[in-house]
Amino acid sequence: MNKLLEVKGLKTYFHTFKGTVKAVDNVSFDIHEGEILGVVGESGGGKSVTGFSVIRLIDEPGQIESGEIIFNGTNLLKKSESEMNKVRGKEISMVFQDPMTSLNPVYTIGEQMDEVLLLHEKLNKHERRNRCIELLKDVGISNPESRLKNYPHQFSGGMRQRVVIAIALAANPKLIIADEPTTALDVTIQSQILKLMKKLVEEHGVALMLITHDLAVVSEMADRINVMYCGKIVESGYTREIIENYTHPYTEGLLNSIPDIDKDKSKLNTIPGIVPNMFDLPKGCNFSPRCKNCQDICLEKEPKLTEIGENHYVSCHFPLRKEAN
Amino acid sequence: MLRYLVFRASQLILVLIVVSILVFVFTSVMGNPVYLMVRENATEEEVQAAIEYLGLDKPLPVRYGIFVKNALRGDFGKSYVYHQPALRIISERFPATIEIVIVAMLLSALVAIPLGVYSGAYPKNFFSKSIMTISIAGISLPSFWVGMVLIFVFSLKLGILPVSGRGDVGVFLGIKTSLATVSGWRHIILPSVTLALGSLATILRLTRAGMQENMRQDYVKFARAKGVPRKKVLFGHALKNTLIPVVTIFGLQLGGLIAFTTITETIFSWPGMGKLLIDAINSADRPIVSAYILFVAVMFVFINFVVDILYTIIDPRIDLK
Repeated sequence: MNKLLEVKGLKTYFHTFKGTVKAVDNVSFDIHEGEILGVVGESGGGKSVTGFSVIRLIDEPGQIESGEIIFNGTNLLKKSESEMNKVRGKEISMVFQDPMTSLNPVYTIGEQMDEVLLLHEKLNKHERRNRCIELLKDVGISNPESRLKNYPHQFSGGMRQRVVIAIALAANPKLIIADEPTTALDVTIQSQILKLMKKLVEEHGVALMLITHDLAVVSEMADRINVMYCGKIVESGYTREIIENYTHPYTEGLLNSIPDIDKDKSKLNTIPGIVPNMFDLPKGCNFSPRCKNCQDICLEKEPKLTEIGENHYVSCHFPLRKEAN
Repeated sequence: MLRYLVFRASQLILVLIVVSILVFVFTSVMGNPVYLMVRENATEEEVQAAIEYLGLDKPLPVRYGIFVKNALRGDFGKSYVYHQPALRIISERFPATIEIVIVAMLLSALVAIPLGVYSGAYPKNFFSKSIMTISIAGISLPSFWVGMVLIFVFSLKLGILPVSGRGDVGVFLGIKTSLATVSGWRHIILPSVTLALGSLATILRLTRAGMQENMRQDYVKFARAKGVPRKKVLFGHALKNTLIPVVTIFGLQLGGLIAFTTITETIFSWPGMGKLLIDAINSADRPIVSAYILFVAVMFVFINFVVDILYTIIDPRIDLK
């Protein structure tokens, strides 16, 4: 499969009065056509900022400092604002975390769907309406004809997220960036929405960048996983490989903190400590203060991302070895 | 909707009852118009005749009853000064006031909303900061001073605009208005600008605050992610959500301006309702004052009704029921 998106050495910094936050620091990854890439990590790990950087929607005081974002052979960082507006929604679209707030409350669903089609597709009014109805049907909304006239507040959270997904799919994009698409939803709705997304991206041949803090979600959905910690990718590889042969202690911590219903345990596993202050990152490895295997070198030298298996990268001085256990 | 209209109508009646009592009591207590009507060294009989002519010999509740009965027929009595029905005098003056108010409100909306949107979207920009500084001046400078300065600069020093008065009146759609003539427009500019400044600054600051709030919302970012150009996001998505408080204030300002253009009209000798009110108060012309205040009360209720209807058009989540 061809590489659809290739991010090289991306640095997105936030310059504030308190200092500079390196929200995304030298991150490189790629997404192939039709692939689902999971990006996991705790809050503040730079997952969302990575997603927004790709589509170049970083608000002040954030700024993309350097790097390349090559999408379909062209560097998005070299494009002008008006050129980017032809990429946003058309080539790359987004699904946000909270469907309660990502739809504009004063416009009907139909108007908000129509807006994308009007911007990116050469269709007449009648064709656009038909396309909207078809899209709503695809995302599982009944009575699409009458629902088009409804406002967002007349939909439930799960239904709204379906509408958001329909909008994201409207112009047949090649990549959808979904930023915590199920976090704000009821648990029962979460799996429905995830199944729907997986089905739709497969049907439409769209690549998906799924940003979530929930490794369990990613392990069911994604082809490959990037684990991010403090603005850096600490481990990446095929989903199976990450789940079964994880090598970074942080990945292990994330996996262990998934509650397992089959095991009768009185306590949930957690990763000790908290995410460090982004204004004042530790010297050496960012994870060292929380790491059980921390050695002297971890406090001095930052580990490099190195290939440890086929397409399996890790940045750790002492990667865990399943065999050794 | 029907229930809402009935509710609104009963609200109007209640407001009118309360206002009419207040107006009646206060105008009856303050000042004595009898001595304005009789000659300087009038005899006891002449004074008594004037009192009977005005109906001031009857007790207060009876006079109120008569007042209400007549008012319901649109009769607020004849002006003590002009000897014409009070309501007719007010309605003759109404177009003069409404025209400067409309020009002033259009001016403030057309200037304040775009500037508010801009300074709300780019709050750190130097231009935005300058706008905000100037708008504080707009809020805090009293209109009589601004009016005088404008006359001084544009009429006396530069000599490009007339000092005062209404100018020529043309007929447009059957209404006599200065908006139909060039001379009228030349006369309208300064009083309208004077009137506009206060509301312009208020609407600008409100728009800006709302825009700053709405620009942080997810739907703005989502619209951007859909590929909607920034300008369209500002005016199409964020502004519409900002409009609710702006429309509220706009309605209040509109009512306030129509009702109380007194200062500006006095400065510019504009023959509108405001000047009429001041003259009527000075000469204790009770029928004019009471008709005027009731007229203003009706108008406020009506404007608020229109504002309520506008809410439902702007924001579908608002239900009038």
